Amino acid sequence: MRRDRLRVIAVSALLGLAALLVWQAFAGGQPAGRGVPGPLAVAATAGHMLANPFYNNGPNDKGIGLQLAASLARLGVGWTVASVVAIMGGVALGLSPTLYRAVNPYVQVLKPVSPLAWMPLFLYTIKDSSQSAILVIFMSSLWPTLANTAFGVATIRRDYLNVAAILQLSWWRRLVTVILPAAAPAIVAGLRISIGSAWVAIVAAEMLIGGTGIGYFVWNEWNNLALTSVIFAILAIGLIGVLLDAGLSRLSRRLAYTE
Amino acid sequence: MSYLEIDHVTKLFPAAEGGGEVCVFRDVNFKIEQGEFVTMVGHSGCGKSTLLNIIAGLERASGGGVVLEGREIRRPGMDRMVVFQNFSLMPWMTVFDNIRLAVRAAHPDWHRTNVDRFVQRYVDMVGLTGAERKRPAALSGGMRQRVGLARAFSTEPKVLLLDEPFAQIDALTRGVIQDELVRMWTASRSTVFMVTHDVDEAIVLSDRVALMTSGPEARLAELVDVKLPRPRSRAALIDEPEYLRLRTHILRFLVHGARSGPGEEPRGLPEDARETTRLGDPTAPLTSAASQA
Repeated sequence: MRRDRLRVIAVSALLGLAALLVWQAFAGGQPAGRGVPGPLAVAATAGHMLANPFYNNGPNDKGIGLQLAASLARLGVGWTVASVVAIMGGVALGLSPTLYRAVNPYVQVLKPVSPLAWMPLFLYTIKDSSQSAILVIFMSSLWPTLANTAFGVATIRRDYLNVAAILQLSWWRRLVTVILPAAAPAIVAGLRISIGSAWVAIVAAEMLIGGTGIGYFVWNEWNNLALTSVIFAILAIGLIGVLLDAGLSRLSRRLAYTE
Repeated sequence: MSYLEIDHVTKLFPAAEGGGEVCVFRDVNFKIEQGEFVTMVGHSGCGKSTLLNIIAGLERASGGGVVLEGREIRRPGMDRMVVFQNFSLMPWMTVFDNIRLAVRAAHPDWHRTNVDRFVQRYVDMVGLTGAERKRPAALSGGMRQRVGLARAFSTEPKVLLLDEPFAQIDALTRGVIQDELVRMWTASRSTVFMVTHDVDEAIVLSDRVALMTSGPEARLAELVDVKLPRPRSRAALIDEPEYLRLRTHILRFLVHGARSGPGEEPRGLPEDARETTRLGDPTAPLTSAASQA
């Protein structure tokens, strides 16, 4: 096992190094000031940006830390509200086969819609770009959690519900002590998909609304033709995505159970 | 009036194909006295677990009904606890929390420390001291069913319903847990209805054994009195002539008599009579009326 692990790490490091070398060779072969910047240039920019991530020199010049924090704040609000709504709705759908089948066609139609398609509607109705972005996150986080919760609740073993019925638990205790823990693995799987798609959607949403956020930062740096910053931002977005998923993965391990 | 009356109970299920209904058992009628231990024995498919679920309130009878202390049973309740064949413990809860869930449900007004002390008493009673913080998945079948028994007894129910509780437990452990069950039943003086395939288990534990013919259209064929003195020891029973007589009698029934062949009783009712029964047989006593008697 240990040897396998070491081998994987070695291969992974080698592949990464090879990719960096090819990239650097490719970038170095181009005339200075044009073409794609190489990893060394990106690393220099990264060092510069990470040295002072939270500076604020007005609307068009903020540190990358501030931009990421703005995006994460939007994500936190939109995803949390969507998760609460989706879990409540999913429990209702999961407990009632009739309701599930009645609502399913609408969900199927709304689910494939890109959350960004809602943006004009939100901008028109609430007339606030920042809140519209949060609503885009809300829309992108809603469906996976809703569908997974409904599935998880609908497939709870009859025995557990029978025990709850014999013990005459109130609906609230039934929800908290039986239904939610029994469906928890499915619910958390939905939450993981949701936070992933929300993090994908926020970059595009922020490009549209402008102001703050990592999406806006990417677009702004493109307008400045600062491609090293764009590449560094891509890496930062990816890294944050991994951290978000790892956090929910830990939650998933804590709530898992074997029958 | 008896304590627990199984009053002309019939159960119909929708047929798997072609519409219509299949009768699992018909007109099952017997009474259980308070503190009595009655076991139902029959082949798979005779509907004995279904009858147990009807008594538990988890399923409804198609005809007739069940009356406990003069009240007809319509839904599950704390006065009837079930011990399930597959244990049905909450896998995300510890041993302690599984029992605690039941104790809290039985005594919603109790203080936390009181509840915990009570739970610990039942944990100790079934010999699970030290395993309180384990989850069911970490326990053997025998230990899981100990939790199941502790959970059921901890609510001090009037009636205990045991649905093949030892079927998934290895033979060596089974005897030990059966003895524990008898000890707890003796201490609690609750009324027990058990369902099993195991003839020895039925005789060792019960005051009476109910024999069901095979389904579909199963009927209650006989109620056998087990007049063996308690406490019963397995070792002593082996040489007991009455035990052997009962054992042979029940086994012979299961091998030969469980099929209601020609010469006994007509197998089921004519087609048109079946139709009436589905809508409620007018000749069968109505349970609500019976409960007033």
